[in-house]
Amino acid sequence: MGHRWDFSSVLANTDALLVGAIGTLHIFAICLVLGLSLGLVVGLGRYSRNGWFYFPATAFVEFFRNTPVLVQILWFYFALPILLPFEISPLAAASLGISLNSAAFSAEIYRGGIQSIEPGQWDGARALGMRWGQVMRRIVLPQAIKRMLPALTNRAIEIFKMTTLASAVAYVELLQQGKLIASLNFNPIEAYTAIAVIFFICLWPLVQLSYLLERRLRRDE
Amino acid sequence: MYRWDFSPVVANADLLVAGLLNTLKITGTALVFGVALGLVLALLRLSQQRLASWPAGFVIEVFRTTPPLVQLFWFFFALPLIVGIEMTPFMAAAVTFSIQSAAFFAEVFRAGIVSIERGQWEGARAIGMTRSQTLQRIVLPQAVKRMIPAFMERAIELMKTTTLVATISYADLLFAANEIAQKTFRPLETFTVVALIYFVVIFAVSLIARQIERRLAVSGESTVH
Amino acid sequence: MSSDVLLRVTGLIKSFGANEVLRGIDLEVRRGERVAILGASGSGKSTFLRCLNFMEMPSAGRIELDGRLLGSERRPGERTYREAELTGVRQRVGMVFQQFNLFPHMTAVGNVMEGLRTVRRLSKADARARAERELARVGLADKAAQYPAHLSGGQKQRVAIARALAMDPEMLLFDEPTSALDPELVGEVLGVIRSLADEGRTMLLVTHELGFAYHVATRVIFLADGAIHESGTPDEVLKHPRQERTRAFLARHKEFSL
Repeated sequence: MGHRWDFSSVLANTDALLVGAIGTLHIFAICLVLGLSLGLVVGLGRYSRNGWFYFPATAFVEFFRNTPVLVQILWFYFALPILLPFEISPLAAASLGISLNSAAFSAEIYRGGIQSIEPGQWDGARALGMRWGQVMRRIVLPQAIKRMLPALTNRAIEIFKMTTLASAVAYVELLQQGKLIASLNFNPIEAYTAIAVIFFICLWPLVQLSYLLERRLRRDE
Repeated sequence: MYRWDFSPVVANADLLVAGLLNTLKITGTALVFGVALGLVLALLRLSQQRLASWPAGFVIEVFRTTPPLVQLFWFFFALPLIVGIEMTPFMAAAVTFSIQSAAFFAEVFRAGIVSIERGQWEGARAIGMTRSQTLQRIVLPQAVKRMIPAFMERAIELMKTTTLVATISYADLLFAANEIAQKTFRPLETFTVVALIYFVVIFAVSLIARQIERRLAVSGESTVH
Repeated sequence: MSSDVLLRVTGLIKSFGANEVLRGIDLEVRRGERVAILGASGSGKSTFLRCLNFMEMPSAGRIELDGRLLGSERRPGERTYREAELTGVRQRVGMVFQQFNLFPHMTAVGNVMEGLRTVRRLSKADARARAERELARVGLADKAAQYPAHLSGGQKQRVAIARALAMDPEMLLFDEPTSALDPELVGEVLGVIRSLADEGRTMLLVTHELGFAYHVATRVIFLADGAIHESGTPDEVLKHPRQERTRAFLARHKEFSL
C-alpha cells in the first residue's frame, strides 16, 4: 500500500488526453445518431405485421442482441475487409459494431414504446382520415417518446461506455491514450485512475438524468 | 469472388473448445461472486445506517457508471502495483466482473426487495419476527421470484462482457479466435464461426429466460427490472 | 398498581413530519377487557392501534405492558426501543390487519407455523400440530394445505387470526378486520372474533361494525382529531352519546342496528 500517488506525469500529457477525448466524443456522436435512428427503422419493422419487414428486423435484433459487441467490432475490422475491395478503418469498424448493436437494443425500446400507446389513439386518428405514417409521426411517436426517454438515455450511456471498445482496434480515444500514457511514463496507476475518473465525470450527469427521467415518468403514470 | 474455407478453423476446434470453457469459467465465477456480493451491497444500501448505505451506494454508482474495459484495465494494470500482488489475467477479470456485476445485481435485489408490499414486513413483525428473519423467510423468497428475469438478463450481459478479457490475454473464446485468425490467415471464417458460437450459446440462454418470464407472467407474478 | 391492568398508555403522541396524528392519548386496559375504538377515517384510530405493538413508533408518551415500562429514555421525552424488546412485545400483543398480510408463498398451515418455527423455535412436528389446532379453531382444518391465493377473503382473515393466536398473545389488536371483505364474508370473521371474546381474551378492536362493537365490547372509545373524545360502556357511547361529534358520527353509520 506504499504507493505514492503522483499525477504530474498524467497532467503533463493533457494534450494526449484531449486528443483521446475528441476521439471518444467523435465516435460517440456517430454511434448515437446512427444507432438510435437505425434503431427506429428496425423498431418499426419489428412492429410491422408485414412479414417482409418483421422477419428481417427480428433476425437483425436477435443476432446483434445475442452476440458480444466486441466480437462484432473485431468481425468488421478483421473479417469484413476480406469480402470488400477496400480497407476498413478502426473508426469505421468500431462505429459499425457499436451502432448496429445499439440499433438492435434501441429497436426494442421503440417497439415497446409504440406498443404501449392505447389502440384508441390509432382509432381516433384514423377516424379523422389520417394515414399510417401520419398517425405514427403526429400522434403515436410524440406520446411514446416520453415513455421511451429514460430507456433511450440509458442506451446513450451504454453507447458512451462501449466507445472504449474501439481501443481494441487501436482507434485513438480516451482509453487508448491512457494505455499510451501508461506505457510511456510507467505510471499505469495514475493513468488508468485518471481515465476512470474522466469517464465517471462525463457519465455521472447522464446517469443522474436517467434517474430523474425515470422518476418523473413513474410519477406521471 | 472469395472462396470460403472453414477447414483451418475446424482443425483448431480444440482451441475454440478450450476458449469456450474459459469463457464459461469466468462467467460462472463472476456470476457466483457477483450475486453474493450483490445481495450484500443491496442490504447495505437499504440500511438505515448512513455509514453502511453511503459507501455501498458509492461502489454501486462507480461500477455502473464507468466503462467495464476501463475497470478491467485498472484492476489488471494499476491495482497489482498498488497492493503489491501479482494478478493473473483470470484473477483481474474475476475481480472486475464480480464487483461490476455485483453493482448491477445489487440494484436488482434492491428493486425486488422494495417491490414487496409493506404489509408483508408488518405481518412478520406482528408475530415477533426480527428484521433479518423477515428478510430471509418472507421478503427474499418472494422477491427472488420477481427478480428472475432481470437476473437472467444480467447474466447474459455478463457473458457478453467477458469477451473483454481477451484484451488482457486471458484465453477466452474471443482470444482463441484472434489466435486462430492470425495463425491460419482465415480471419473471415474464424470470426464468423466464433460469432455464431457466441450467438448460439447466448441465444439459447435468452430463450430459456423468455420461457421463464412467460411462465411467471402466466402465473400472475409481477417482475422487476 | 393493580396487577390486572395489562396495558397502560400515557400521553401517547404520534406525528408524521409536521402532521400530529395522535395528540396525547391516555388509556388503561384491564385483563379480559374488550375495547372497541371508533372514529371517522383520519381520526388516528388505526395509528393508535399500530403504536401499541410498535408497527409505528410513538413520537412521545409511555406504554406499559403488564406493569413494565417499555423502551428506555435516551433524551428527555424521547424513548428508544430495541428490536429484541419489540419482538418480545409483539409476541405478547398479537395483531390482525385489514389486509390480512398473509405470506403468499406459504400454505395456510405454513403461515400459522412460521412464527412458531422462527420465533418460538418449535420443532417442525410440534409447530405443525399446534398450527393445525389453531386452524381447526377458526374452522379451517380442511384448508391447511391451501395457498392464500386460493382462499376467500374471509378464510384469509381467519388464517391470519389463527396465525396471531398461535403465538399465545395476552392481548389481540384488530385493525378493521372486516373492512376489506365482501359483505357476505364479514359474518364468518366476526363469528371467530366473538368466540375469542367469549373465551375472555383481552382485545382492542378498531371497527366500523357498530352493532358488533355494541354486543362484543366491554368499553367503547370514540376518537376524534387524534384524541379520545368520548369513552364509556357500549350503552353509554353508542346509545346515549353525550358529545355532539359522537352523535354525528353515529348518525352517519346507518348500518348501526342494535
